[in-house]
Amino acid sequence: MPQQAAEAAASFPEIDAYIDGLPDINGALIPVLHRAQEEYGYLSREVQLHIARRLQIPASKVFGVATFYSLFTLEKKGKFRINVCLGTACFVRGSEAILRQFETDLGIKARETTEDFLFPLDSIRCVGACGLAPVVMVNDRVYGRVKPEDVKGIVEEHLKRGGE
Amino acid sequence: MSDNYGQVRIALRNCGVIDPEKIGDYIAQGGYDALAKAIFEMTPAEIIDTVKKSGLRGRGGAGFPTGLKWELSGKSEGDEKYVMCNADEGDPGAFMDRSILEGDPHSVLEAMVICGRAIGARQGIIYIRAEYPLAVKRLQKAIGEAEELGLLGDDILGSGFDFGIRLYLGAGAFVCGEETSLMNSVQGGRGEPRIKPPFPAQAGLWKKPTNINNVETYANVCRIILNGWEWFRQFGTEKSPGTKVFALAGKVNNVGLVEVPMGMPLRHIIEVIGGGIQNGRKLKAVQTGGPSGGCIPEEHMDTPVDYESLVALGSIMGSGGMIVLDEDDCMVNIAQFYLKFTAEESCGKCTPCRIGNRRLLEILEKITTGGGAEKDMIDLDELGNIVRDCSLCGLGQSSPNPVLSTLKYFRDEYLVHVNDKRCPSKRCTALLRYFIMPEKCIGCTVCARNCPVSCISGERKKTHVIDQARCIKCNTCYEKCPVNAITKE
Repeated sequence: MPQQAAEAAASFPEIDAYIDGLPDINGALIPVLHRAQEEYGYLSREVQLHIARRLQIPASKVFGVATFYSLFTLEKKGKFRINVCLGTACFVRGSEAILRQFETDLGIKARETTEDFLFPLDSIRCVGACGLAPVVMVNDRVYGRVKPEDVKGIVEEHLKRGGE
Repeated sequence: MSDNYGQVRIALRNCGVIDPEKIGDYIAQGGYDALAKAIFEMTPAEIIDTVKKSGLRGRGGAGFPTGLKWELSGKSEGDEKYVMCNADEGDPGAFMDRSILEGDPHSVLEAMVICGRAIGARQGIIYIRAEYPLAVKRLQKAIGEAEELGLLGDDILGSGFDFGIRLYLGAGAFVCGEETSLMNSVQGGRGEPRIKPPFPAQAGLWKKPTNINNVETYANVCRIILNGWEWFRQFGTEKSPGTKVFALAGKVNNVGLVEVPMGMPLRHIIEVIGGGIQNGRKLKAVQTGGPSGGCIPEEHMDTPVDYESLVALGSIMGSGGMIVLDEDDCMVNIAQFYLKFTAEESCGKCTPCRIGNRRLLEILEKITTGGGAEKDMIDLDELGNIVRDCSLCGLGQSSPNPVLSTLKYFRDEYLVHVNDKRCPSKRCTALLRYFIMPEKCIGCTVCARNCPVSCISGERKKTHVIDQARCIKCNTCYEKCPVNAITKE
């Protein structure tokens, strides 16, 4: 099927339902993108085009907004998102060494994902838990006062759950 | 002095005291009394007058007088107006607003309703970071409970006054803490700043008159209405009345939030409330104001904390981040850290910020990796001033502060980096050199076996040597050596 036809045929009932329930589509783009990412994990080209049509705005605007904000991702992410906080408080308490340890242990660089799609590694700016610095987040779970030697345990803990 | 070491809790009065998910707890502490007073006993002009006389200034950073903001948006003509709350707390190392929203959400809601009453608005919007899920949940719960009791929504307290509040989630852009960027974001666009004027009080959200304040600013309002402006002025200084919440973090023994009267010396906050520096190290500097602020050196620790004094030192009050640095921290490295942050977060709309910060960062990277020269320091200063003077919004106007302040106060440290290619604090890893001390090495081969680039040579039971040309400064040998025979300088 040609690409355009495929895009037109793609359907996103969850997003349609969400948009139909909005009191006003003006200014709704960011909440809709949040909803779409929550539903599908990332913002594909197809879903962006669909949202543009439904909100009656140019696709370029949707793309512009989706790429402007760091919480939106255009690619599929792995299962356990490891985020090492590089906010100031964590930074001065040595979070760079933690990030390097993850890079060594996982054999990837920051902003990359392991080949098995289990661990995307990235840094994050301040989760507001500076009292626990340095902080690592794996999905929604927060690890505080992390030392480089704790890194192995954190990875293994998730590897065990990875097979499930 | 009492056991709280001079702290005064106004904005944080209920945090940790009440159950934030129970409106009854808040009401039992005098919650929503200020709203009733504002609706039934005061005219909008009186509310604005009280806030003006209190001298309350914006706690988000710049310190604009809150009452004046309210007055301007109150005077603007329009059938539709908005009250907004800026809860896009993006400074790394700052978590005051998060604590207030999680610990006392009603104090912000109540103040927004009072503001709506004062300026003639019926809609409130809280722009909050999506990174704060608990704060979002508690605000949603608080809004629901307040609506149920008729404290929010239509016909508040039977007075005929309608005011609703909704949440709007950010999506991870630091620049959205700038008020006009925030408004563009709420309108569904990229969070890029607008040219001012017109100011939000004249043409803000959807081009309607809008009052926007920060979370902590609102958290002060109810007490001012209830206790009067004279009461508020007993705290703080003439030009900066009241208290300020700081997020004390970094190399200090007691990390966490402190709320102190303005005018308290920095040293008191760090030494007495913060309990001094960790591990008996020496205080080197304090960074206030996050990426927009600067580093204040030890010799200025007796400066009173207020808006003007911090600006005079080349820093700013900012939203309240206070990062304590000790002698192990490299100031060039810290400047580079912040520049990296702002260069990544620059929205790209105006050239000085988009390109200028990038060039500043490149120069700093050159210095911290051993390629710097004294001329680079002149360039940093000149370019930093250009970025500060020519950028469109507060982000670019303040982003060179970390560089300019460290250049001013820690010039010697820059000089050692550029001339001797050395980092005295041993933080700039590219400038480090690793050596094995022959008198300590026992020839166990652990370092050689663990070296990822195999640049350590030596026979068993004989002294090992590191090949400097191939060393990648990964620190592995330093960590693995069982007899601490490896030194770095």
